Order: sequence, then structure tokens, then C-alpha cells
Amino acid sequence: MQAITKRFHYLFRSTKGLTLVAVALVSITTAIWGMLSGPMVEWGVKDFVVRLFNMTLIEAEREGRIIMLYHTIAMAIVAINVYFITDLVRMKEHEQSTINATVTAGYIISLIFGLWFGYFGHHFVFHGLFLFGQSLMFFGGLQLCAALWPWKPEYRISDPDRSRTKSGLDLERMAYFVMAVATLGSALFGAVTGSYWGNGHETFLAEDLIREPHKTPLQLAIIGHLHIMLTLIGVSITLTIGRWLGFRGRWHKLAMPSMIIGTIVITLGVWAVVPFEPIAHLIIYVGSVFVLLAGLFLVIFAWGQIPKDRLAELGIENASFGQKVKALLHDPLKFGATWQMVFMNFVVTFIGLFMAAKLEDIMRVWPAREERITLTGHWHVLSTIIATIMLFYFADMAGLKGKARKWFGWLIIVGSDISFAAVTAFSIKRMFLSEAAQQPFVNWTMLLADVGLALVLLVLAMFLGWRLVDLFTKDGRWSQELTESGMATGVEAASSASIPGQD
Amino acid sequence: MKRMLFTLVLVLFLLTGCSSVELTVEPPPFVVDTGVDPDSWALVPEGEFLAGQAEHVTLVGYDYEIMVTDVTNAQFAAYLNEALAAGTVQLGEVEDEDGSFQAVVAYYPGDEFHGYSHEKEIAAGDWLHLNLEEPLLLIEFDGEQFTPIEGYENHPMIYITWFGADAYCSFYGGRLPTEIEWEKAARGTDNRPFPWGDEIERNNANFYSSHDLFEKLFAGLGSTTPVGFYNGSTYEDFETLDSASPYGLYDMAGNVWQWTGNVYEDTHLRYMRGGSRSEYAYNLRVWMRNSAGPDYYGPNVGFRCARDVAE
Repeated sequence: MQAITKRFHYLFRSTKGLTLVAVALVSITTAIWGMLSGPMVEWGVKDFVVRLFNMTLIEAEREGRIIMLYHTIAMAIVAINVYFITDLVRMKEHEQSTINATVTAGYIISLIFGLWFGYFGHHFVFHGLFLFGQSLMFFGGLQLCAALWPWKPEYRISDPDRSRTKSGLDLERMAYFVMAVATLGSALFGAVTGSYWGNGHETFLAEDLIREPHKTPLQLAIIGHLHIMLTLIGVSITLTIGRWLGFRGRWHKLAMPSMIIGTIVITLGVWAVVPFEPIAHLIIYVGSVFVLLAGLFLVIFAWGQIPKDRLAELGIENASFGQKVKALLHDPLKFGATWQMVFMNFVVTFIGLFMAAKLEDIMRVWPAREERITLTGHWHVLSTIIATIMLFYFADMAGLKGKARKWFGWLIIVGSDISFAAVTAFSIKRMFLSEAAQQPFVNWTMLLADVGLALVLLVLAMFLGWRLVDLFTKDGRWSQELTESGMATGVEAASSASIPGQD
Repeated sequence: MKRMLFTLVLVLFLLTGCSSVELTVEPPPFVVDTGVDPDSWALVPEGEFLAGQAEHVTLVGYDYEIMVTDVTNAQFAAYLNEALAAGTVQLGEVEDEDGSFQAVVAYYPGDEFHGYSHEKEIAAGDWLHLNLEEPLLLIEFDGEQFTPIEGYENHPMIYITWFGADAYCSFYGGRLPTEIEWEKAARGTDNRPFPWGDEIERNNANFYSSHDLFEKLFAGLGSTTPVGFYNGSTYEDFETLDSASPYGLYDMAGNVWQWTGNVYEDTHLRYMRGGSRSEYAYNLRVWMRNSAGPDYYGPNVGFRCARDVAE
């Protein structure tokens, strides 16, 4: 019995355990539901999965099902981000545990009942529980905002290398706080609109409305909601990666105000999309520049600091350029987290900006279905890049070391980037290939995308398998992590104390 | 060394992917008379039906007729010969970013233009109907006569712009169906997502990876199936299901997208319905839409006509 209790404490009370559970649930969900679309349909896998799990797939409900699925996965991702924050940012022990408990209950209830309602029957109670789970997430968010409140005297900082105001206000904490408040407001933006469902609001996927000249306020709100939520998840993980890498110094001082301003401006721009659609995009672009700059400053810092730390470890002074590059690439997890941010610009940002700038000349001369492919490709790549960045951090947190760390890191970098590049090339193929001539290119890009993705999923499965086996070991890593977290003895240790740069 | 090898394999993969495809019309695997007459029309009676995914009760307050099949290459070739002789279309040179090409063009009176966001002006003038230099066009022109390519006579007309489709229907006293007319003709009066019912099987329609007998053609790009192909007949070993709509229309899902006639305010775009052989099954649901400028043409776009019922 004690063995079960201890494991329960590990999985549902420690940050590492909670994250492991959420990553595992997202992975299982992705693995199963990923088999319902794309090439899996052509290969007959979808039919098999539908029969195996006795799913009820009504054609008219496809869009609704997908929206439920997005939300269940998003809830788990938000929960993981919350775990990272409550672990990294100073707050009271009871705040950390109540926030974690609330969001854990919230996302698990959402996930179970959302998927149940969407795919296995439509009992209204399931939908109610799905909404209840999301409400708990919202409540957890309110608690998080209270815990992050940056004006508390005890959270003022004096470290001259960290971004702060003259009065000692911690601007990194402020950036987290602003992101959390913006997330809650943006969640409401979607929730209020969703409450009009069946009463003036109909289910739709945003990519199906791209060419509607006149969108209703409710449609605009939903389109704004989905964009801002992903953006804010991106902001959150960027701040977390900064914490992990010990972000400080002059770049930190530039990045944090930039991130705060950018987050506020983008959020207001998105909220403005309903009343002021014509200028909303302009506001969003301005905010995006600030957020992207903050990310750039982090990368500049990291690519200076990572080799510096490694060279110091090796005792090398006056290193050559080659040695510096080698040192930068030594740890694929830390390098990978920042590399993916850079790579994102090649497969998402630059492409997106180019397409937006050339909208009339390129995309709008294609049939809508082609434009839709570009948008969904863009969207999936962006989400998956964020997921890989989170995985790098989690793998480090989970204590992946030595060769396993290198294999895990490099295979995820290579696999995901092949996949992202292939998907991007596929989605913009009409710029250089006619419909009639596209087939070989389509075949190869799809194959590369699938191979890359399969590689990532395989590595992730092995990683999770390792942690699963470990859970069955009496004094496994989990036990050590439980002790470190203080949950074994009931004493909470600030795991963030080991994070460089933590004030 | 290993890294170099990996990079080399990767580059080879990509280069192979970019290799050019020889675009020439191949003969179909077999020629078949589906027994469905492309010249036949179906009557759709006035009355309410459930429009769209959200099933809005919508009234079409008049009877109308709509073609049982898409317009075929044979029909369109015959039309071009008649229309050219009558002077309603002309041969001409059309310029695009890749140069000029020989084409069929005709006058279009233009649309009202409001300068709305993303709206392009469709001014009065000659507009493209058919690019005669399109390599996979299934109609030939010998300088005097248009003829369908042998074996493809009863396949749907493709590479046709909205202007061309609209002109064809007008020439014979008809019009392109509105989106609502099209959807009612496809769905009937119940809430079925597909013209034949609630589920889609691979032998209901020509869609992406539906494994029909024409899928291997043109370097895997695939080809259209003859109109009325999915009528319950078995062709060689390929068994089809009878996939007619409640009013007896064929190919209202898959094969080719079909231009519809609406010209909406604040957009120059024209809308298509029905999905195509290049789409996954969910895009074949009766309420799904596609859109493009009226001068767009491609291998997956065709049309059929509607007409008012004579008093």
C-alpha cells in the first residue's frame, strides 16, 4: 500500500511526476487520435482504430470532434506549463500545491470527458464535465495570477543582472504574470463565444472561413481566441526556457520589457479583432515584433552562455571557433530548445510573413483548399515546435544524461526538423509546382514528414517507456525525485533553487 | 562519415521529390460506357431542405432542373465547335506570368466592384475560358475542330474556368446552379452528409486514395472517372456502389469540384461544391465549399448546369 501511496505522491504531487503524467496522457491521446487522419486514413489504420475503440464518428460532427480534441490536448499542455511555472517561480508552498492540484484535476477531467463526449457518445453529462474541467483550469489560472502577483514586497529583487525596475520589481515575474492574465482573458474570449453555441454560434474550423468576406463577431472572436492561446503558450515556454538556461545580464534586461510589452500589445490586438478588425492585424504585428525580439535576445544569450559554460567545464580558455561550436552543440537539449526557436522562423514566421505579404498574388489565386493546407501546415508545425521545446526541458528535468540524452536530443531535433521542413515545403508547393505535376513531390514530402514524425514519436515512446519501467522499480529514479521534491517527507524543497539565475 | 551519408540520402530524397513529371495524356486503363446519359436532366421540386452542416431549414421556392452528370469532354468539345461558329467565343492569346498561350476567350460584362478587402476587380472584357496549351487538357484542337481525346469522351470536362463554365450553360439556355440549388440537388430533403447516405466507402466516389482504376494514371496524379461511374456496376474487378443523389444525380461527391453560379458582393471569388478526386472523404460532404477566382482552372474542377423549368 505504501508503495502505491508513494508513487501516487510522486505522480500527482511532484512537478516531475505531474509533468510525466501529462506528457504521457498527451502522447497516448496523440498516438491514438493521430491515427484518424492523414495517411493513416489511406492505409486503413483509421478504420481499424475506429473499430478497435468502438468510436462513433458522425460525419456532420467532425469539426466539433476536432475542436474537443484540440481543447483536451491544449488543457494538458497548459497544465504542463503551469507545473513548470509553479516549480520555477518563487511562490508559497501551499500556492504551488493548490494550483497544481486544481489544474491537474481540471485537465484530466477535461481530457477524459471531452474525448468521451466527442468520440464515444454524446451524454450531456460528459460535455458538462468537460466544461467543468476547463472551469477548474480557469480557476487554477486565477490562483496562479494571485501567486505570481509581482508587487509583493518579498518578490522584489536586487540582483543587478536581472531585469527589474528601480524599485526592484522583478520583470521576469511580471512577464509571467502578464502572460497568465492575458491567458485568462483570452480563455474568456473563447468561452463567452462558445456559450453562444446553438444560439447564434455554429461550430466551425477557422481554416474553413478564411475567404469569407464578412465574418460574424462570434467567428472573429473564436479566430482570435485560438491564435492568442497558442501565442501565449509560446510566450510561457520561452520564459521557462530562459529560466532553465539561467537567462540574465544585458539581454535579459532587454528581453523582459520587450516580452511584457509584446504580450500586452498582441493580446489587446487580438481582443480588438471583434470591434476593430481592420486595424487589429497591425496591432498584432507590432506586438509580435516585441515578442520575437525577446525570443531573439534569449537565443543570443543562450548561444553565448551554453558554449561558455561547457568550455569552462572543460577548462578551455581562448577557445577556437570550432571548439565554441562544438561546445554549443554538446548538449542537444539546451541547444535544441533554442535551435527550435530559430528554426521556427524558417518554417513558420518567415514563410507566414511572406505569404501574408503576398496574399493577393500567391495564396488568393489558389483554390481555397490549397490555402487551407498552407494554414493548417503552418499551425501544426508551430504547435509541434512548441511541444518539442517543452520536451527538451522536460527531458532535462527528468534527468536524462549521457548518451541517452544525446540520442534523445539529436533524434528529436533531426526528426522534427525534417518533418517540419517537409510539411512546410508541401504546404507551399503551389508556389513552384502545378497541380498536375505535384504528385512525386507530394509523395516524398509526405514520406519525409511521416518518417520525421515517427522518429520523434518513437524516441518519445522509448523515453516514456524508460520512465514507466522506472516506476515499477522499488528505488527507482522516481523515488529519488520524490525525495528531492520534499513530498516524501512532506517538506517542500524549492526545486527551483537549483536553477541558475533564480533570485 | 555517417553524417555525410545521412545528409546525402536526405538530399537525394529531396531531389527525387523535385524531379519533373512528364505531363502527357495517357490513355485510360479502359473505356467504359457507364450507361448514364450525360444529356439527361433531373427535376428538383420546390420545397424546403436542410442546408449546410448545421441543417438550416431553407426554402427553394421553385422547381428547377439540373444535369444528371457533370459536363463531359465530348459535350464541351461539341459546344466549342458550335460556339466558335456562332461567334460567342473566340480564339486568342492570353498573357500570364509565364508568358502567353493560345486560349478560348469570351466577353464577360464584369461584376460590381466595391474595393472590399481582398476583393479583385472583375472588369468587363474578354476573359479566359480554356487554356488550349494545358498539357493535360482532354480536348484537342486541330486549328479548326475541337475533339475529345479518345477514351476520355465521357470524363468530366476539367481545366475550365468559371467564365467558361458559365458561358457553356448560358449557350444552351441554362445557368450554373446556385450553391443552394446545388446542395439541395445533392442532399435531397433529409440531413445526409453524402448524396447517397450517411457513410462513405471507397467505391462510392472518386476521392483521394479511393483506389479506383484511374488512380495510377499521370505519374500517380490520377485521373477523373467517367461520369456516372459509381452506379452500382462492376468494371473488370472493380465493384462500385450506386451513389446517385436522391434526385438521381451522379458524381455530386468526388471526381471534380463543380463551379456554382453565385456572384457574391464584396468578393470576386466563385464557389465550388462536391469535393474532388484529390480530396479526403470529409471534403466530399455536401456542405463543403471550395473557392477560387473566376479565371482559375485546374485538373480537379468541372461543372454541371441547371435550368429553369419551362412553364
